[in-house]
Amino acid sequence: MNNMKAIFCKQAKDTMKNKAVLIQFLMFPVISIIMNQTIKVDNLPEGYFIRMFAVMYIGMAPIIAMSSIIAEEREKNTLRVLLMSNVKPGEYLLGTGTYVWIMCMLGAICMGIVGGYRGTDLMNFLILMAVGFIISILLGASIGGFCKNQMVANSMMVPAMLILAFVPMMATFNTTIEKYGQILYSQQIQLFISHINDGKMEMKNYVITGINMVIVLITFVVAYRKNGLDE
Amino acid sequence: MSLILVESVEKKYEDKVVLNKINLEINQGEIFGLLGPSGAGKTTMIRLLTGQISATAGKITVFDKEVGKLNGTEKKQFGIMMDQFGLYERLSCYDNLKLFADIYGIKKEQIIQTLRAVGLEKAVKTPAMNLSKGMRHRLQLARVFMTNPKILFLDEPTSGLDPATSEEIHRLLLHKKEMGYLIFLTTHNMGEAEKLCDHIALLNEGKIVEYGQPQEICRKYNHQKKIRIRLKNGEELEYENSRDSAAKIEQLFQEQSIETIHSTEPNLETVFMERTGRRFE
Repeated sequence: MNNMKAIFCKQAKDTMKNKAVLIQFLMFPVISIIMNQTIKVDNLPEGYFIRMFAVMYIGMAPIIAMSSIIAEEREKNTLRVLLMSNVKPGEYLLGTGTYVWIMCMLGAICMGIVGGYRGTDLMNFLILMAVGFIISILLGASIGGFCKNQMVANSMMVPAMLILAFVPMMATFNTTIEKYGQILYSQQIQLFISHINDGKMEMKNYVITGINMVIVLITFVVAYRKNGLDE
Repeated sequence: MSLILVESVEKKYEDKVVLNKINLEINQGEIFGLLGPSGAGKTTMIRLLTGQISATAGKITVFDKEVGKLNGTEKKQFGIMMDQFGLYERLSCYDNLKLFADIYGIKKEQIIQTLRAVGLEKAVKTPAMNLSKGMRHRLQLARVFMTNPKILFLDEPTSGLDPATSEEIHRLLLHKKEMGYLIFLTTHNMGEAEKLCDHIALLNEGKIVEYGQPQEICRKYNHQKKIRIRLKNGEELEYENSRDSAAKIEQLFQEQSIETIHSTEPNLETVFMERTGRRFE
């Protein structure tokens, strides 16, 4: 617990000076809030931009943050120093993952409030965001686990985040994309968010999200069984 | 008291033998130097001793326990500084140490004390990315010293540093030795080894070719047994180290014409060349 807290605090200090990661936590909440407050179009549902950017936030920020942090630590051998100081791989991943999750949740709280969610709806919105962030954090950690340096991590994370972030958005304009995009957890979370008020969700939505989580978990386990945290 | 015992250790990567039948015994309060050219297997040896990798054969005992069986508390008594170990570039010197102070449960006051001990008190708030190479080395040493380990593993601690910074680091290491630390260092700087180490091993292509006290090794290879004298007029003379030469040398003393006088025993580099037929690079 002590080691996890130390990793968490280090990450908090480091991120404040790491613009590439910091911007990921701020960009989507800030843009969505600005667009939500400034763009008023007839027939546009309330909180449209918040919902759209919330899913992009899930599909990008945690993946980039987590994979960049791990890949940088591997590349610069700071991770090895930590592990040699008896920090366990689980403690490192939990400390870093918790930090990324909390930062993302802070953005999600702002987005939820500005998006007009209140009471139970706000709670449901945050639960959905929290689940999405956890899956993305695991995916980001898996990418970081497979990559020896940041350049390789970038080349792996970009396609993943483009698919996860943009397919749900494009699915609103194209039925074919919508049909195939349903297999992604990010699109399922978009559907959940769209139906927060009416609760019209089917069992298959929960199953698909669950399957996504299991697949990401397996990828995560394979990544660390195969390579360890620092091999 | 022997803290590190290495018995017939081998390390292979696929078919390539990196270390071959290595035997070492290192005691508390001693500086031990593993010397060898690049690629000799020095860093691999440190990685084996610290449990980062496992030996293909043989046994390594540290604190009377097989290295693979050391628990977390015992491993926390290692201080490891390896050339490739990085720093958190964006964090200040203080914050770089604060992370490890939190992990080891060290009080904050000790961070400043350690930075002062390595001469970085003026760079407390400086991000690691803005430090010179010498300062980075000192910060890495501070990270190692702060945790008060019983054994220090230092991989090329002065590599690429200017003489003044190297001197400063030597001073710090000798101070730690006085405090009873066991220091295991690798270097390809023979002068450094002669100055610092109580015992050394010369490593070549994974094998130890010579082992012992530096001066003893040099004496052992002093085949010429001559005395070299440089006179004030620039002339150089060599005499056999025998009774016959005593009268001639005494006369030079009486004439006050001697500028320097040395024995012709070889340095470690010459010994290494004699044993391996290759130079240190």
